[in-house]
Amino acid sequence: MATKASRSAARAMMAPAVVLLLGWMLVPLIMTLWFSFRTYLPLRGGDQGWTGFDNYVRFVTSSSFWPAISTTLILLIGVLVITIVLGVLLAILLDQPMWGQGVVRILVIAPFFVMPTVSALVWKNIFMDPTNGLFAHLWKFFGAEPVSWLSDAAMPSIILIVSWQWLPFATLILLTAIQSLDGEQMEAAEMDGASVLSRFFFIALPHLSRAITIVILIQTIFLLAIFAEIFVTTGGAFGTRTLSYLIFQRVLESQNIGLGSAGGVYAIILANIVAIFLMRIVGKNLD
Amino acid sequence: MARAVTNQRKAINTAAAWIIGLLIFFPILWTILTSFKTEAQAISDPPVFLFFQWTTENYSTVMERSNYGRFLWNSIFIAGGSTILGLIIAIPAAWSMAFVPSRRTKDILLWMLSTKMLPAVGVLYPIYLLFIQFGLLDNVYGLTFILMLINLPIIVWMLYTYFREIPGEILEAARMDGANLKSEILYVLTPMAIPGIASTMLLNFILAWNEAFWTLNLTAAKAAPLTAFIASYSSPEGLFYAKLSAASTMAIAPILIMGWFSQKQLVRGLTFGAVK
Repeated sequence: MATKASRSAARAMMAPAVVLLLGWMLVPLIMTLWFSFRTYLPLRGGDQGWTGFDNYVRFVTSSSFWPAISTTLILLIGVLVITIVLGVLLAILLDQPMWGQGVVRILVIAPFFVMPTVSALVWKNIFMDPTNGLFAHLWKFFGAEPVSWLSDAAMPSIILIVSWQWLPFATLILLTAIQSLDGEQMEAAEMDGASVLSRFFFIALPHLSRAITIVILIQTIFLLAIFAEIFVTTGGAFGTRTLSYLIFQRVLESQNIGLGSAGGVYAIILANIVAIFLMRIVGKNLD
Repeated sequence: MARAVTNQRKAINTAAAWIIGLLIFFPILWTILTSFKTEAQAISDPPVFLFFQWTTENYSTVMERSNYGRFLWNSIFIAGGSTILGLIIAIPAAWSMAFVPSRRTKDILLWMLSTKMLPAVGVLYPIYLLFIQFGLLDNVYGLTFILMLINLPIIVWMLYTYFREIPGEILEAARMDGANLKSEILYVLTPMAIPGIASTMLLNFILAWNEAFWTLNLTAAKAAPLTAFIASYSSPEGLFYAKLSAASTMAIAPILIMGWFSQKQLVRGLTFGAVK
């Protein structure tokens, strides 16, 4: 029923958003690609011309590359496993009849709204500080030696902080998915004598698989880009330098733009691999 | 058919859920409590929980000493400005995609979403350089513009899913009753679209308020919002727990309250309509 006039009006209405996003995508992307093929050290001689794939090779052969990759993967997998396992359990619990459900929901969701710098700093100082932190008090109470969390157990500590931030997100989405579960099917299974565990594994979990996939994909995109939590707590020390943080250091701290840009291109490729899967699911949902 | 649930089972659920809920909320609760303690009480061992001399002194100290007002204003300006600017650009786009869809609408939507996946660190230097060139470094307008671009895909998506729920028949009915285009938009569509626009606004304000990559990397003293203000507490002031807690509480309180109102929209906004 759309007429020709309304079609061109529609295009005009879309134009600003499309043009802006196109610019936002292309301009920095092309610049990053350009720099990645050049030797560019703003503080040490500036732009020194083309260098082919040198930066790409140097980035992956540098001694910090593989540790950064493994740190990134440990952080990613650790947080995903914790948030999804606890998120499923918590969502099932929150779906049960109880008193004060609304209030509990609010308590559980709250960490998601805390800005990253606040949660990182509160955990770092008020909880994990080896002399005055709450954990130190707790450890001393049980006669144990307080732990310097962010230096001696830096990765587990950061995984804990990030999981605390993202558990609400996983829980909320999984809870939304659980609520659309067919209650009668559950009851029928129960009457047929299916145990709690088999009801969980054969009915609830398959029903949740799509929501779990979406949580994994969305969290992966955000977790690959984790920045403030590391910036505020360890500054990339004690084995917490992720790929993103390594690129940040190359670009802004050591001002090696060529090398950092090559790293940036790797990060973009990595993110796109994840994005393709996410888009496929989202796209299916549009039809 | 509701199944009869024994009160005993309900009580167990309630106890378990409350314990876990309070455990998850505890860091926030503890921060809020600490903000009302003196510095000595804040680090006392054993820790004091509720029975201490409540004081609001930390709040006044933080506000006096660190120019808190300017950071707060920057946060409000950047989060509010980027949200409003984003809505102005996104409303017509989402509107046309929802009501005059073409064969390419789906591709455009997915492409917009894909720009959201671009890792910020990959384009950090180009943006940094452009900001220096245009004199936008440490400038609230520059940051507002960047945050608008980052959140634009989410705004378009959310609005699109809301607008699509407005039934087209209602427009035809209005036309039959003799409504012209202006009154159609003003009296029929707008009232139906406002709830969706409001939720989109709320969620994006929250996302912009908490954004902590560009706000940390593109600001210094002048344009820094609360995310950077808190990061500056890293050391050595961070060791003053009561003041750190007061500063943190002030930074998160407004958003916590808004967030609780936007729980439902959060799911829609962050899963791009894939989970309902």
